[in-house]
Amino acid sequence: MDLLNGPWRRELARLPWGIVLLVVALAGFGLVVLYSAAGGSLNPWALKQGIRFAVLLGAAVVLAMVPPERWLAWAWPIYFTLLAALLGVELVGAVRGGSQRWLDIGIMQFQPSELMKLGIILALARYYHYVPKGYETRPDVLLPALVLIAMPAGLVMLQPDLGTALAIVFGGVVVLFLAGVRLWLFGAAAAAMAAMLPVAWSLLHEYQRNRVLIFLDPESDPRGAGYHITQSKIAIGSGGLTGKGFLNGTQSHLDYLPELHTDFAFATMAEEWGLLGGMYVIILYGCVLAWGIRTAMNANSQFQRLMCVGLVATLFFYLAINMMMVMGLAPVVGIPLPLISWGGSAMLTVMILLGLVMGIARANRARLD
Amino acid sequence: MDDPARRLGFSRRALLLGAGMAGTGALLAGRLAWLSLFEGERYQLKAQENRIQNRLIPPRRGWIVDRNGKPLAMNRPDYRLELRPAEVVDLDATLIAIRAVIDLDINNEYRIRDDIGSQPSFMPVVVRQNLTWPEFSACNVRLATLPGVSAVQSFSRYYPEGDRLAHLIGYVGAPTPEQYRESRDALLIYPGFRIGKDGIERHEDKHLRGTAGAARVEVTARGELVRELGTSADDPGDTLKLTIDRELQSYTARRLADNSGSVIVIDCQTGDLRCMVSMPAYDPNIFSTRVPAALWQALQADDHTPLLNKSAMGLYPPGSTFKLVTTLAALAAGVDPDEMIGCSGAYRLGTNTWHCHARRGHGGVNMHRALPLSCDTYFYIMGRRIGIDAIAAMARRLGLGQEYELPVPGQASGIVPDKAWKQRRYGKSWREGETLNAAIGQGYIITNPLQLAVMTARVASGRAVMPRLIADGPQNGALPPEFPSLGIPEAHLALVRQGMIDVVNAGYGTAPAARSAVPDVVIAGKTGTAQVRRISMAERRRGVIRNEALPWKQRDHALFVAFAPASAPRYAASVILEHGIAGGRYAAPIARDVLTYMFEPQRALAALPAIEADAARRRAERTATEAAASIARDRQQMMPSWLKIDLAPPEYEIADADAPQPPREPE
Repeated sequence: MDLLNGPWRRELARLPWGIVLLVVALAGFGLVVLYSAAGGSLNPWALKQGIRFAVLLGAAVVLAMVPPERWLAWAWPIYFTLLAALLGVELVGAVRGGSQRWLDIGIMQFQPSELMKLGIILALARYYHYVPKGYETRPDVLLPALVLIAMPAGLVMLQPDLGTALAIVFGGVVVLFLAGVRLWLFGAAAAAMAAMLPVAWSLLHEYQRNRVLIFLDPESDPRGAGYHITQSKIAIGSGGLTGKGFLNGTQSHLDYLPELHTDFAFATMAEEWGLLGGMYVIILYGCVLAWGIRTAMNANSQFQRLMCVGLVATLFFYLAINMMMVMGLAPVVGIPLPLISWGGSAMLTVMILLGLVMGIARANRARLD
Repeated sequence: MDDPARRLGFSRRALLLGAGMAGTGALLAGRLAWLSLFEGERYQLKAQENRIQNRLIPPRRGWIVDRNGKPLAMNRPDYRLELRPAEVVDLDATLIAIRAVIDLDINNEYRIRDDIGSQPSFMPVVVRQNLTWPEFSACNVRLATLPGVSAVQSFSRYYPEGDRLAHLIGYVGAPTPEQYRESRDALLIYPGFRIGKDGIERHEDKHLRGTAGAARVEVTARGELVRELGTSADDPGDTLKLTIDRELQSYTARRLADNSGSVIVIDCQTGDLRCMVSMPAYDPNIFSTRVPAALWQALQADDHTPLLNKSAMGLYPPGSTFKLVTTLAALAAGVDPDEMIGCSGAYRLGTNTWHCHARRGHGGVNMHRALPLSCDTYFYIMGRRIGIDAIAAMARRLGLGQEYELPVPGQASGIVPDKAWKQRRYGKSWREGETLNAAIGQGYIITNPLQLAVMTARVASGRAVMPRLIADGPQNGALPPEFPSLGIPEAHLALVRQGMIDVVNAGYGTAPAARSAVPDVVIAGKTGTAQVRRISMAERRRGVIRNEALPWKQRDHALFVAFAPASAPRYAASVILEHGIAGGRYAAPIARDVLTYMFEPQRALAALPAIEADAARRRAERTATEAAASIARDRQQMMPSWLKIDLAPPEYEIADADAPQPPREPE
C-alpha cells in the first residue's frame, strides 16, 4: 500500500538489525538443542522449526514495516475479534464436549488465546493512550480497564489454561502499572490476592493443584508427579559448568527427562551446554529485553510506549516462568521457552511480538535521525 | 499530544520494571549456577544412578556329587516370568496382558494375588515357571515394556535321584523376607535365586552359593538396555563331593520299598557314609519350586513321616542291638564269658517280673550263646551285676548319645541314661528295674540309626570311627582318617564279633535270614525288636497279641545292625524299620541285600523285582481302600444331617432272562 509506494528501502535500513541478529543467534541455538533432542537428527523437530522460524522472521520484518499508528487504529477490532474467537472456542468446546483450545479455520488450527496475549496489550495501550494524566486511577477509568483484562482471562481459564490466563493478566497489569495507576493499588491487589488464595485453590482443577503441591515438595513423589521437576533439576545440575557436550546428554537421550523438546528444552540444553549455555540464553534474552525497554522509553507516544513495554513484559513472562519451572522455582505450567522450545503457536506469538517492537523501534529511529 | 510529565512518569516506572526483570534474571542465573556448580556433583551422581544399573549376575550353585563324581544335585536351565509388585502400575491390566501371551490358570492367578498381598512389595513373585522356549521368547518380545514384568532365564536345581536322597541333600527355596532384611544382600531378592533350605543344601549353603557377579548397564527410563558398560563375572559355588555312593543309595531306597525306615552303610575303616537312606521321603524337585498345599498337607498327615530324616533325626529304642554294649560292658567289668545262667523265660525282681522273649526260656545260657539267642534273662542278670553307669560308659565309648560333626542339620543326640542323668532330668534316684530295661536296650535309652551304624562300625573295627559325609579323600590331597583305638581288649571284641557271626550263621541264631549268599563273605549282625507298647499282665496271661494283628502304629520296631565280611570287617550297616514287627525276620534280609550289593551288585539287584512288585501291589491296595473310604466320607458329608443314617444301597434281584415269567395279577 502506501509503504510499497513509500521509501521502504530506507525504512528497512532503519530496522534494528542487531536485534534481528540476536534473535537469529537464539533461535539457531534452539535448533541445535532440538537437533540433539531428536538424538542427533534434523527430524522430526529441528528442520521444521528452522523453516518455521525463517518464515516467521520474514513475517516479523514485514510487521515491523507497519507504522505503529496503524496498530492504534486497529487495536479495538483486533481485541474484539480475538475475544469473539475465544468465545467461539468456548462454544465449540461446549458443543463437542471436553476442553478445547483451537479453532479450526480450514487451513490451520488457530489458537486465539495465544494471540490474546498480544491483543490485551494493544487494547489497554490504546485505552490508556487517551486517558489524560492524573485520571488513570479513577474508578470509572480503572474499572473498564480491569474488565478488558478479566474477560479474556476468564475465558481462557475456562479452557482451562492457567499459564496463558496468567500471561494475559500479567501483560494487562504491567500496562496498568506503566500507565501510571497508583502504586498502593498494586499493593492492595497483591494483599487481596493473598487473601483470595484459598478460594482460588478450591477453583483449581485437581491436576493443577497437584502441580502446585508437587512444586512445593518435588521429592515427595519422585517417581510420579514430581518426576518432571526432579529429572529437570538433575539434568541441569549434572551439566556442571560446561555441560556433558553436544549430543552427550544422558537425561535427555535416555528419556529420563520428559517433554525434553518442548517445555523442558532449557534443561535439555543446560545438560549438554552447562552453565555457559544457560548464561548464553539468559544474557541474550536480557539484551533483547533491555533493548525493548529502551525502545519504549524513546518512543514518542504513550500508546507506543505502553504497547512496547507490555509486549516486552509478555516476552519476559514466558522466559521467567519457563526457566523458573525447569529450575524448580515455579510449579509446572505448560509454558514453552520462546525460540528454543519446539512448537508453532508460541513462536508465532513471539515473532509477532518482536515484529511489533521492532516496528516501534523503526518508527522512532526515523524521528531520532 | 505527548505530555513530557507523562513521559517522565512512564520512564520511571519502566526503569522500575526493568530493574525487576534484571532482578529476576539475576535470580535465574544464580539458581542456574547453584544447581550446576554447587550442587553439580550431587546431580551428576543422581544422573548416573538414573542411567546406570548394576545388574546382578547370580552365581550358579555348586553341584553336589557322590564319591564317584555322579551328580546328586545339579543345575538345569529354567525360563520363568517374574513380577515385581513394587513396579507394577495396574495389576489387573498386567495380568490380562500376560494372559494374552501365555496360559495362566485361575489357581495360578489366585496364588499370584495371594503372594503379592502377603509379601513385601520388593520381593518378586513368580508368574509362571518352566516356560518353554517359544513362550519365553514370546514374553520377551511382547511383555518387554510392561512395567514390573520380566522374563528371566535362570538355573533351577535338579535332583536326579529324587526322593531317594531328599533327606540327606535337602532342597533349595526362595529366601524369606526375614533373611533378606537380616543380610541386606541384594542377591537374596534376585528373581529366582534359591538358597539351601534343608539337609546338606542348607548346611553347606555358604560353599555352594558362590559369589555374585555384576554387570554395569546403561538403561533408558523404561528400563531398556542401551549397552553394557562392564561386567565382573560371577564365581560359581564349589562342587561338593560326598562319600555317598549314588548307586548304593538308590538300590537301598528301592530295597526299602514302602517300608518306613532308615538304612545306613558306613565304611568301618574310614567312616565314610556310603549310604544314608530314610524312607519314605518327598521329591526335592517339587520342593525346590513350590510345594502345592495339598501335597504339603498330605506329607504332614502321613504317619510314615516323609518329612523327617529318620537316619539322623529319628529316635528309636535300640532294643536287642544294644546287647553288644551290655556284653562289652560286662566283659570290661570282668564277667567270665563261660559262666552259665539259667533262663526260665522270666526274671523276678522285687514284686515285678521281667520276661524273656522266649516264653519257655532258653535253659542254660553263657555269654557265647546269649548274643545269638538274644536271651533277655542273661542280660538282665549281667546288667544288674555291673550297674547302669558301666553300661552307659561303654555306650558312650561306642558312640551313642552324641552328635557327630556332619553337615546334617538337626541331628538328634538321643539319650544314654545313667544315675546322674536321671537325677538331673527327673530329680529322682535310679531304680534297679530301670537297669534291667536299659541292659536290653529299652526304657530310657534312645538312639538314632546313625549312632547304631557308628556303634557297629566301632565294634567291627575296634577303633573310634567317626562318620563323615564330605569326601576329602586321597584325590583331594588328604589321606583317609586314621582313627585311634577304642582301648577295648581285642579278645573282648573277638567274642562279641563271634557272637554276631553266630546270630546269622549258627543254626540257633535269631537272624538266619541275614546269611550271605556271596561265597567268602560272611555277614555278622545283631537283631533288635524294640517294643513300642506296654504289654500288660492280663494280656500276657491271655497270650501276647501277635504283632501282625496290631494296628501299624503299635507294632514293634525292627532293627538290625551288621558288618561284613566277618573275617576282615569292611562295611557296617544299621537297618531300622519303623513298626517293622521283628528284626530278624524283616530287617535282617534288607541288611543282607544291602551288604550283598557292596560285594556282588548283580546278585542283590536280582532280589529287587519281586520286592517292588509286592510293594506296588500293597500300594495299589491302599489307594483303593483310601479311595473307597473317601467316597464313603464324601457321601456322608453331602447328605443332609437328618438323613445321616447308615444306608446300604438297595440290592435288586435280577431274574434270569430265560426264566419263565411269574403269573401277573390281572389289572
